[in-house]
Amino acid sequence: MNDHIPVLIPVTLLVAALIIPLAGIRGKGWAHTVAFAGVLLSLALAVEGMWLVLATGTMRYALGGWTPPIGIELVLDPLSAFMTVLILAVGTLVLLHARTSVAGELPHKSVPFFSLCLLLLTGFVGIVLTGDLFNLFVFLEIGSLAGYGLAAIGDRRAPVAAFRYLLLGTVGATFYLLGVGLVFMMTGSLNMADLTTLLPFSTSEPPVMVGFVLMAMGIGLKMALFPLHLWLPDTYTFASSPSSALLAPLGTKVAAYVLIRLMVFVFEPGFSRDQLFVSDAMVWMALAGIVFGSVLAVAQTELKRMLAYSSVAQIGYIALGVGLGSALGLVGALLHILNHAVMKGALFLVAGNLRLKLGHTELFKLDDRLRTTMPWSMAAFVVAALSMVGIPPLAGFFSKWYLVLASIEQDAWAAVAVILVGSLLSAAYFFRILERVYLRPQGDSTGDTVAVEPAGGSAEVRWPMLAPTLILSVSLLVLGILNTVIVDGVLVRIVPNTLEGGQ
Amino acid sequence: MIETLQGLYAYWFITALLLLGLYGMLFKRSLMKKLIAMTILQSSVILFFVVSGTKWGGTVPIVDPIIGTDDPTKYISPLPHTLMLTAIVVGVATVGVAFSLLIIIYRRFHTLDEELLLERMKE
Amino acid sequence: MTEVYQSAVPLYAVLVSLAALPLILISSRWANIREFWTILAAATKLLLVVSLLPGALEQRTAEINLVELSPGIGLSLRADPLGVFFALIASSLWMLTSFYSIGYVRGLQEHKQTRYFASFAVCLSATIGIAFSANLLTFLMFYEILTVATYPLVVHKESKEAIQAGRKYLVYTLGAGVILIAALGWTHHLAGSLDFEPGGLLSGAQASSGTLKGLFALFLAGVGVKAAVMPLHSWLPTAMAAPTPVSALLHAVAVVKSGVFGVMRVVGFVFGPDLLRQEGLNTLLAVVAAVTILLASILALKQDNLKRMLAYSTVGHLSYIVLGASLLTPAGLSGGLMHIATHATMKITLFFCAGAIYVHMHKENISEIDGIGRVMPWTMGAFAVGALGLVGVPPINGFVSKWFLGIGAVEAQEHWILAVLLLSGLLNAGYFFPVIYRAFFRAAAGKRYSEAPALMVVPLVVTAIASVFFGILPNGMVHLHDLALLVTTSVLGTP
Repeated sequence: MNDHIPVLIPVTLLVAALIIPLAGIRGKGWAHTVAFAGVLLSLALAVEGMWLVLATGTMRYALGGWTPPIGIELVLDPLSAFMTVLILAVGTLVLLHARTSVAGELPHKSVPFFSLCLLLLTGFVGIVLTGDLFNLFVFLEIGSLAGYGLAAIGDRRAPVAAFRYLLLGTVGATFYLLGVGLVFMMTGSLNMADLTTLLPFSTSEPPVMVGFVLMAMGIGLKMALFPLHLWLPDTYTFASSPSSALLAPLGTKVAAYVLIRLMVFVFEPGFSRDQLFVSDAMVWMALAGIVFGSVLAVAQTELKRMLAYSSVAQIGYIALGVGLGSALGLVGALLHILNHAVMKGALFLVAGNLRLKLGHTELFKLDDRLRTTMPWSMAAFVVAALSMVGIPPLAGFFSKWYLVLASIEQDAWAAVAVILVGSLLSAAYFFRILERVYLRPQGDSTGDTVAVEPAGGSAEVRWPMLAPTLILSVSLLVLGILNTVIVDGVLVRIVPNTLEGGQ
Repeated sequence: MIETLQGLYAYWFITALLLLGLYGMLFKRSLMKKLIAMTILQSSVILFFVVSGTKWGGTVPIVDPIIGTDDPTKYISPLPHTLMLTAIVVGVATVGVAFSLLIIIYRRFHTLDEELLLERMKE
Repeated sequence: MTEVYQSAVPLYAVLVSLAALPLILISSRWANIREFWTILAAATKLLLVVSLLPGALEQRTAEINLVELSPGIGLSLRADPLGVFFALIASSLWMLTSFYSIGYVRGLQEHKQTRYFASFAVCLSATIGIAFSANLLTFLMFYEILTVATYPLVVHKESKEAIQAGRKYLVYTLGAGVILIAALGWTHHLAGSLDFEPGGLLSGAQASSGTLKGLFALFLAGVGVKAAVMPLHSWLPTAMAAPTPVSALLHAVAVVKSGVFGVMRVVGFVFGPDLLRQEGLNTLLAVVAAVTILLASILALKQDNLKRMLAYSTVGHLSYIVLGASLLTPAGLSGGLMHIATHATMKITLFFCAGAIYVHMHKENISEIDGIGRVMPWTMGAFAVGALGLVGVPPINGFVSKWFLGIGAVEAQEHWILAVLLLSGLLNAGYFFPVIYRAFFRAAAGKRYSEAPALMVVPLVVTAIASVFFGILPNGMVHLHDLALLVTTSVLGTP
């Protein structure tokens, strides 16, 4: 049983995705129950897998009994175990939340919605687990196709945004495929472990270089690395809130994972850094993205759109860590993948709560009544916002801290400055909202000024929506204070010794 | 130089196809034409794999008693072609999703022209 | 010679007001119970801090290491003499401010009192955390928490002006926070450690002169904002939009003193006297401080709003402390430390008085307070004590710290500093005497004796008495001077 864990995780999700339409015939409620049970089960498997990997080392699973490098293998190493647990944990919480918000926003589409959710997670988990470059492409497309579908469920403009996402996403995937083709031509292998031994002999071949650049570009598109982010803001804004709550924290992170896998593990880190200067280019793109995303986020008047631009900036932090190409940088990037997934998850869930209760997420229509009507959602928002700003001991501070340390280590002072300015800009766009929600400018005297709870009581969302929101925001505090447990226990073991400063 | 060009003419054709696809996706106003350009782009990569797998004088990878197994270079590697079967399936699925999106868009906005669409989305 | 022992007392001292937070929030409907939690937390905190005092005096340092915040850098609290010194001041004045706050918010029927008391509790936790931080990362954490927790207090009135003040406050303090992050990262890169060490954690690091100067500039900007060193001071007068008890405790004691405390830590425990002298950075610090003292005093002359005048006066007096730190001589350093304590008691008295006048007479401008000394004799009497103390009149404690600073200047052979001290004393007199004159010697508007609520008057009289008490016995009761000497010896080596 334990040997089969790498394959059981995606299979559980896939089977659940296929059962959902059948279960939906019995009743709409069943669709959610099956989906939730499926994710929960695979999360349990992933946690056990991670525990096994940390205790005994990497697990490899040859699909269909074909031994690699001929056959396809699934690999559960510390990096993929970390990502799997992250994806499924966030997925579980978002799905718990989605039960009510789907019923509120998309009452007639709950069965296909949950099916798509599970397909999306199947794709994501597959990307993370596979040990084969072409198989990765297939899972990438499974996840993306489900993502296009989810992005199209939303308001009336959503299909247009989803179509644009589809076009650009397909371009990204095609570039990736072309890159894989070139590398395959030169090495004759698609297996990642095999490639690590074969590639060092052919890194000076032009096709391998071009192939690598094409792969990095394609994945950069999927990751929405500035300036390849054009599909992202509309997609996140127009999609329904449960869709965006699932896509925003995870979609771009999985692409970031692929980039890390390629740049640091499959190819030698020195290849992209010293030979091709892809790392340098990435650092500059990341820095531009942080500034650009943050400035545009300040300019937005709609919450989800603001969060989307903020995502563009946060992707920049991750890309920066990868681009720095040192052990500390990679730790910072991985920690930021985790932290940002949790923060953005919490923020998008709050956006979902607001949309359910208010019917909109326009910033200028928010006012201080929310403070009393939705105290818990707003408290979760405050915590997540402060974490985004980077107030210790919340989690967001620490990933920035490692990134600052990594940048200083390499004398990248521009990077230090941009990381810090990015924090200030995020303070600008979050405190703007907190001001609206918690303060009432004088002259606006609708109501008493004495501290009494208003009549009518709270209009807070019910616990199935509130619990995931609060769990995510409380975990920001826990992740922050216990960050070294994660860093020493998991992340440091991920960093390969080929990396500068690695063990 | 000329020899290289001649020897690799298939690849130059593929590159032209790839650029054609990209051009269409970027500069055509109609969403349908963008989609067609996208399939051209995908096809160019599929062709690339197929071409890279061919070999003059090679044969299908089924052991032929006449050729024997002494010289494996006489067989074509089957992998690129099988990979492309999968890629084609993926491509078809993508086009299917794209078509359904286009149908929804057309029903809602009664146009597939990008600029008109942007105007009508603001309403 | 110093003995370190494990003890959770510093942690409890930090957490006690944080633990009061949920209790305060839960009992938001019952004002008396809510205030009871505040008082209980303040009393417990004070007792805990006082219990650390004997150990600190015997050079036995309580320490606790919790989780690691970053590999090799723990969330560590250590009650060394400097920490205990600061914690003692902050926690004892919180006790008084709690009583005063209750009188103030009830007197004015303020809104959102629960948020007010809750934020106050968090601020105090953060301040004690700053005091007991054993390394820079822990320090930064509490520093940032303090920034965030003070924000609701600054914008408490929710007027346009208050919201503007809040924005300005955030820009300055969050900006300082990120600069501090960069400084920390750099320090970690150079020294491989972030633990405070008497004599300087950077002293062993191999770093070029330019690097050290750049790093010092970053640190100075980082902690200088809260210490209101010019030109980074302008948030402080704006933040006077906050309710008066907030100005009293936070903008005269907790927040700004965290800033100067940070300067002390940077000077004595990060760079160390040798490195500063070697690079001539102490002279830079002294010049900045001297300019701030004089300019702030001149600006204070121009103010009509009483609280704004006090704010500028605070800016000036904070730089006395920075000046003391920059002298790097035993008397100078202990004078600076003593001024943390003496300025705290005197300035809080003055702010309490300003608040009492505002609550009772609804006046906040100096030009309106003619003859108020006869109406509110206790309040204005206390005001006079505080004002005279800041001018430097013996036997009030302001004289003591200024005296030490003067000796320090002579020790350091920086005679121009003596001139600065004298001139600023005169300027202090220039802005305080008109207030006292108006209050006592101008004709009253015909009102008879009528004092503010006892909850407000008693604390301000207590702080005034304390100012005099510590003026006569600087080492009385809590051995502040002994603590200051211990800090001085640890930083500068045995004299």
